[in-house]
Order: sequence, then structure tokens, then C-alpha cells
Amino acid sequence: MIAGINMKSATSWMTLGVLVMFAVMPFLAPALGEPFYVKVFARVMIWSIAAISLNLIMGYGGMISFGHAVFLGIGGYSIGIASTHGLDNAWIQWPLAIGVCAVVGLIFGFISLRTRGVYFIMITLALAQMIFFLSVSAEQYGSDDGLNIWQRSEFGVAWFDLENALTMYYVIFAFLVAALFAMWRIVNSRFGLVVRGSRSNDLRMQAVGFPTYRYRLTAFVIAGVMCGIAGILQANFEKFVSPDMMNWPVSGELIFMVVLGGMGTLIGPVVGALVFLLLSEILKDITEHWHIIFGPFLVLVVLFARGGVVGLLTTGVSRE
Amino acid sequence: MDVSLVVEQFLNGFQLGIILFLMAAGLTLVFGILDMVNLAHGSLYMIGAFYGATFAVWTDSFILGVVLMVPAMLVTGIVIERIALRTLYARDHLDQVLATFGLILFFNALTRIIWGPEGVVVPLPDFLNGSVDLAFGIVYPVFRITIIGVGLAVALGLWLLVSHTRIGMLIRAGASNRTMAGALGVNIPMLFTIVFGIGAVLAGLAGLIFAPIQTVFVGMGEDVLIIAFVVIVIGGIGSIRGAFIAAILAGLIDTMGRSFLDVLLLVFLSPNAAESAGPALSSMLIYILMAAILFFRPQGLFPPKGR
Repeated sequence: MIAGINMKSATSWMTLGVLVMFAVMPFLAPALGEPFYVKVFARVMIWSIAAISLNLIMGYGGMISFGHAVFLGIGGYSIGIASTHGLDNAWIQWPLAIGVCAVVGLIFGFISLRTRGVYFIMITLALAQMIFFLSVSAEQYGSDDGLNIWQRSEFGVAWFDLENALTMYYVIFAFLVAALFAMWRIVNSRFGLVVRGSRSNDLRMQAVGFPTYRYRLTAFVIAGVMCGIAGILQANFEKFVSPDMMNWPVSGELIFMVVLGGMGTLIGPVVGALVFLLLSEILKDITEHWHIIFGPFLVLVVLFARGGVVGLLTTGVSRE
Repeated sequence: MDVSLVVEQFLNGFQLGIILFLMAAGLTLVFGILDMVNLAHGSLYMIGAFYGATFAVWTDSFILGVVLMVPAMLVTGIVIERIALRTLYARDHLDQVLATFGLILFFNALTRIIWGPEGVVVPLPDFLNGSVDLAFGIVYPVFRITIIGVGLAVALGLWLLVSHTRIGMLIRAGASNRTMAGALGVNIPMLFTIVFGIGAVLAGLAGLIFAPIQTVFVGMGEDVLIIAFVVIVIGGIGSIRGAFIAAILAGLIDTMGRSFLDVLLLVFLSPNAAESAGPALSSMLIYILMAAILFFRPQGLFPPKGR
């Protein structure tokens, strides 16, 4: 079965259900007396977009990037730095941030895709840490302490103001839907099939006549840009950026979200981000040392639940 | 910029290189032989430092702290290997990365519970606390010289172990063809445990000897771990010689870059620009080096033969 929206399959119902839940949350959560969860779900959606982008290269393309969070940071810092210099216009800020992510994605992909396997893991990690240390040493932009963003991006339309919490929430929601739709179109296109083919057997794809390096590089850039958009949204939502948003544990968490939800499935990364963030909220309530439970949980998921949540719920429906 | 400062920074860089080598040697052995990406190696660095610091405070002797740390790390390494890592050898790299990432979270939390969040200060014994006059008025701390000496001794010992002993021969055989070595009667699981134990002790040693300079804190292994990754990628994964050369190279470039890059940049840039670009660029130097080396040699400088 091709991972796509096939109305008969269980995963497409899951996709629909999750999206409906996100759509009604700003009204449902206050009605249940938990208005705090509106913020949590906004974060879940931002992380979902980042995880979806990682899923393109990792789940479908077999490129295990351990530095994907760097694009969150670059997208976020582009907004933060522009805003510090008094540039709040979204029509300039956002294309700028996306452009920077695309260029960095091109350079990083160009270098790291020359290598394979564990070398690729370590190079993406190292390249991401390079930008992390750059942000730490940038004193004019707050170094370790991060950068406050006083004014969210302005679109110059009176009724469309990101400072309005509901508008912000539904902008994030719209981007999540757009990201899912884009991913569905990409993985089922000729381009997506080449990228997926190169995961299964790169040599054979080359022998058939596809210059797979170019396809993989393009996928890497697309993923970088999409993750950068998540960074743009995060910067606007939190009104704050700091080096921590692109430190290497964040890249590890992104990988875990994808695996937890189900690698190489459309809705998997969203489910993974949802379970990950809700579980960490719950564990944080129980103990400040919540990692002592979370760490072994992660190991157990790796050992016993390779298909992730989507895999568990759709047993019998073979993936791909 | 006077000569004594250059020499001093050169020695500092060399000493950082030695620490990186101790980390990278264990990583590259574990990777070369077990084909296993172990992020938790950074936790071993941290645990070693905490063990050593605690023993040093208990026994009131830094030397005894080091001596007691070695068997403690060996046991810890073996226990971790037997319980958590053994099941991961047959898995792909993604599983190994994720599971050992989980172990890092676990060990950081555990360490924070046992030793508290503020870390431990390791007292230095008096005889290591002074400085010596090397020559031409260059004064250098005894402790840093000791680090360099210990590191070189360990490097030599490791080289002798791997290339001139029976166990080293088995390790090399296991690295080049695990199945064949197993078929010829080598107890491969036992070999893996031993290799992992050695790696754990080396990481712990690196953490402990760096501790008096840096203090011991939760998460201290992670920055070093990532630079050690860079080192083994530059050196060629699985190669001890490559790890040594790359570690010294990385240590020198990082330290010298941090001290002198802004001075060098003054030649090309205005003082203001040099002052702001210097620290930013110097923190990126070793990554730029890695990118450059991989561009021309994707397998690193010294890829091990037969793979």
C-alpha cells in the first residue's frame, strides 16, 4: 500500500481525526477547563511540522540526519535577528528566513550527502553543532541567553494579526495542513518515488539512470525549508529564540518523534510529536527527574515498537 | 603576540587533543569492532569524572581517585554493555542512535539524583598544583604536563595492546571480519565486552583528568562527545592511528584558533570586525576542517583496511 490518503485505510481516518482534534482544540480545551492545553497543542503542531520534514529525508529517503533541529534554529533566528534590527514585516522576514534555510540546506546537503550511513549521522550532527556554537558566540544576538522577539511578524492586514492568540493558532494549523498535503503530494510523485527507491537500493536506482544524488539533495533542501518554517512559527509563537532550540538533543527528540509515531508514514510524525509532548508534560508533573523514566521508555520503544504508534494501530495494513 | 604565549597555547591545544584522543579511541574501537554508534560514550566520560571525584574526596587523594576509578568504570562499562547495548549490535544505526540517546537522558537524570545538580569540585594534590619553568621563561602548569604525559602513555599502551598482543590481534580480527573470526573460534561476545570495557575506562579517564580544569557537572560529556565524533570521522572510523592524529589536529586547531584567530583576522579586517568575527569563526574551525577533509576524502584520513 502506498502511504497516502486512501479513504479506506485506517491511517487516513487517523489523519482526519488528529486534524479535527487540532482544529477544535482552542474551543475544546477551555470548555474542559484546561486552557493551558491550547498552548501545548500549538507547540505540538509546530513540532509536528518539523518532524514531518525530517520524515521526508529519514523515513522516506533513509537519510538519518542527526542535525535537523539546526533548521528550526536558523528559521527562528532569521526572524529574531530581523526583528532586532526593526524589520517586522512578514512579507520580507519570512521569505528571507526560508531563503537562508534553503541556502544552508543546500550547503549542508552538498557536504553531508557525499557520505553514507554512520558518517552521514555524524556529519549532520557536527554541521548542526557548528551553527549552534555560532549562535552561542553571537554576543550581539544574546549568546546563550537567547533573543527576545518583542513584536510578532506583521502582515500589514488589520484583521490578520499574529499577536491575536487565535489567529496565531490557526496560522500554525494551516501550515500543518499544508505540510501534510505537500508531503502527501511529494512522496507519491515521481520525485518522491525516486527518493524512496534510493533508500531501498541506491545503486539500482543509479543503474536505472537516476542521478540520485541530485534527488536526495533536493529532498534535503525541501526538508530543511519545511523545518525552517516550523522555526519561523516557533519564534513567532514563543516570541523568543535561543541556541537551545537547535542544540543536538532537539535533533534527537525530532528523530524520536518520527520513530515513535511511525517512520515513513504520512501521519506518523504528527502522532509521534503529540505522544512525545503530552507524555513529557505528564512526566514533568510527576517528577523533575522525568528523564529517568523517559530515557528507558525511549529505549523500549526502539527495542519493541519499531513501527511506532501508527504501526501498532494498523497492524495488518502493511506499510508501503 | 609573544613566543611564550604561542608555546603555551600550543601545549594547551596538544593537551585538549590528548583528551579528545582518549574519548575518540574508545568510540572508534567500539564502532570499528562492534559496528555500533554509541552516544552514551559521553555519559561514560561524565560517570568516570564523578566516580573519580567521589573517590578522590573519600580517600583524600587524587591519585587513589584515579586508581579506584579504573575498576569501577570497567565494571560499569561491562554492566551497561551486558544489559542495554548487547541487544543493539544487530540493529541498524538509527536504533543505536536513538537507544543510546535514551541512555544519555537516563544517565544524566540518574547522576543528577545521586550527586545533585551543582556538580563536584576535584581537589588537586599539591605536587600537581605548581608550575614549572620549561625554558626561555615559559611557565606551564605541572598538571597539564601530567595530562599530556598520561595521554601519550595511554596512546602508546593502546598501540602496543592492539598491534603486539594476542587480544589486540583478536580485536583486529574481529574488526576486519567478525563472522570469520567467530568461525575460527574467537569468543566474539566476550571480545565485545572487553572492548567496551576498555572504551569505558578510557572515556572515564578522559573525564577525570579533565575534571580539575573544568569541574565535574551533569552533561559534561556531551560537548566532548560531539568533538570526538568529528575526530573519528576525520581520522577514519575504526582507526586508532587516525583517531590520534585527528584528535591532536582538532585540539591544536581549536585552541590555537580561539587564541590567535582574531589577531590573524586583524590583517584582513578592521579591529571591530575582527573582534566579533574571531570568536564566531574559531568555534567553527574544526567543523570547517571536517567538512573540507570529507569533501576530498569521504572515508576520513586513515580508513581502516579490509572494510
